[in-house]
Amino acid sequence: MIETLRLGAARGLIDFRHTLTNALDLWGYFFPSFGLLITLFFMGDAHVPGTTFSLGASTLPSSIGMLVAFGGLITMAQYLIVDREDGTLLRAKATPHGMNGYLIGKVVAVGGMTLLSVLIVLVPGTFLVDGLRIDAGGLLTLLWLLPLAVVATLPLGAAIGSLFDNSRAFGLVMLPLFGIVAISGIFYPLGAMPGWLQAIGQSFPIYWLGLGMRSVFLPDAYASVELGGSWRHLETFGVLGLWAVLGLTLAPVLLRRMARRESGSAVAARRERIMSSMAR
Amino acid sequence: MTLAGELEVGTQVPADERVIDVRDLRMRYGAKDVLNDVSFAARRGEVLALLGPNGAGKTTTIEILEGFRMRSSGEVRVLGVDPASAGEAWRARVGVVLQSWRDHGNWQVAELLRHLGSYYRRFSTEARSRPWPVDDLLEVVGLTAAAKTRLTRLSGGQRRRLDVAIGIVGRPDLLFLDEPTVGFDPEARRDFHDLVHRLTDVDDTTVLLTTHDLAEAEKLADRILILSTGRIIADGSADELSRRVAGESEIRWTRDGQRFVHSATNPTPFVRELLVQYGDDIADLEVRRNSLEDTYMRLVHDTEGGPR
Repeated sequence: MIETLRLGAARGLIDFRHTLTNALDLWGYFFPSFGLLITLFFMGDAHVPGTTFSLGASTLPSSIGMLVAFGGLITMAQYLIVDREDGTLLRAKATPHGMNGYLIGKVVAVGGMTLLSVLIVLVPGTFLVDGLRIDAGGLLTLLWLLPLAVVATLPLGAAIGSLFDNSRAFGLVMLPLFGIVAISGIFYPLGAMPGWLQAIGQSFPIYWLGLGMRSVFLPDAYASVELGGSWRHLETFGVLGLWAVLGLTLAPVLLRRMARRESGSAVAARRERIMSSMAR
Repeated sequence: MTLAGELEVGTQVPADERVIDVRDLRMRYGAKDVLNDVSFAARRGEVLALLGPNGAGKTTTIEILEGFRMRSSGEVRVLGVDPASAGEAWRARVGVVLQSWRDHGNWQVAELLRHLGSYYRRFSTEARSRPWPVDDLLEVVGLTAAAKTRLTRLSGGQRRRLDVAIGIVGRPDLLFLDEPTVGFDPEARRDFHDLVHRLTDVDDTTVLLTTHDLAEAEKLADRILILSTGRIIADGSADELSRRVAGESEIRWTRDGQRFVHSATNPTPFVRELLVQYGDDIADLEVRRNSLEDTYMRLVHDTEGGPR
């Protein structure tokens, strides 16, 4: 077990290093970060509607919550799909303890990449916007929020990834995901939206990750514009916890199913389908 | 079908020497039987070639033995264990060379071998130290100069040789090779054949390979299995197989600088007659029984065309 953890971690670090030295990969993973920075820049002196609070200061922590969610959900799912297409997963299956090593490696690599994408936004972002502050209470929140964010999104992302066996179909998942972002209070406060949209938005983890991050980086006065006028830590913990339970229940079952189905001819058939759909 | 029935008897392998032991293997998709009563065995250190037309069930068979696919029924033992429920220790003793994929494109050759090899370290035994040291392995497959090359930059032949290296990095007791030499130039092919001989002679590795190259099968395999429409229609050495198929022998000779070719069911009377008639004028005399190709064509044609 320790040996497999070590091998998986080694694998993750190698993967992470390769991403850092591959321009195309870097662009793919960090494009959203750059987009966010540009957005923050143009928000300038704008205020959260109906208040004197800086919109940029509110958006920066929200988008960090979103990046963490994207890392866990999208990056993980995409990895699984791509690695199944190109045979990486089958290679892992042909190696003793290879599947576990592979998954641990992915968690490490996705973690590294997500952390980096957060830093790319956070470090320059603090110079772009005013009003961010973090105190001991905020750090304490971060201590439970970050691990919870990981277990609420990564297993779920892995479960989603194991359901799709081609990257084109996965594109269809991205669209509703952006829809969810729009109603998760990341760029625009949820309070200004109709009640039924608020209800939908609050059922997904992205809203709560954004809220949690805002509670970490913003003064408590900002809580007055949130739904219910508070940071709602208990609810944050509850909803993210539920998603974590769901992910941790589904992921092992779906991953096992995916691994069981993997074979040389399965990879070949998938590849053939991609080839023929490209020729069309 | 009498022909196939006769050949199905195959070679007998004592039960305690069986690295692969397959009995009455059946694979069914819906109403279609892809494999039907397939039975064969392989002994330690043996090279077995699985031949057959596309769709005959070669890949299905090999994937069941690799533990990558569930079977419908039948008894399968690989290294004494049922691959459908075998654990990681079993996996460590089995090498798989897959058809070439594009996996790990960003990785360097030596880096990937070192990483994959490290999974086998805990399965190292006194008799068989695992993994194969990367530098030695690179030399064996002729990739020393490409050690630091990224996988995406390898040529097709280099990539294939890396696939083989990955298959043997754990120093397997049993190696599965699915069409290993597709895309090899003649030199790489010969190097590969040398490697397989080395594996079986030095390491006592058992090899099961599929191929469409009959010359390769004849050269590498101790025993050949021919699979057609989901059944094993022949099992034996290339020599044995050709003897079992009644066919014509080919007689070639030159006389006065001119080349002649003649086919005869029974070559002996013809050759005697030829020598009586021309004596020492006959040069370059060759008598060849059915080639493996002739035998193969004949067998496959008979089963595919004949009644089920």
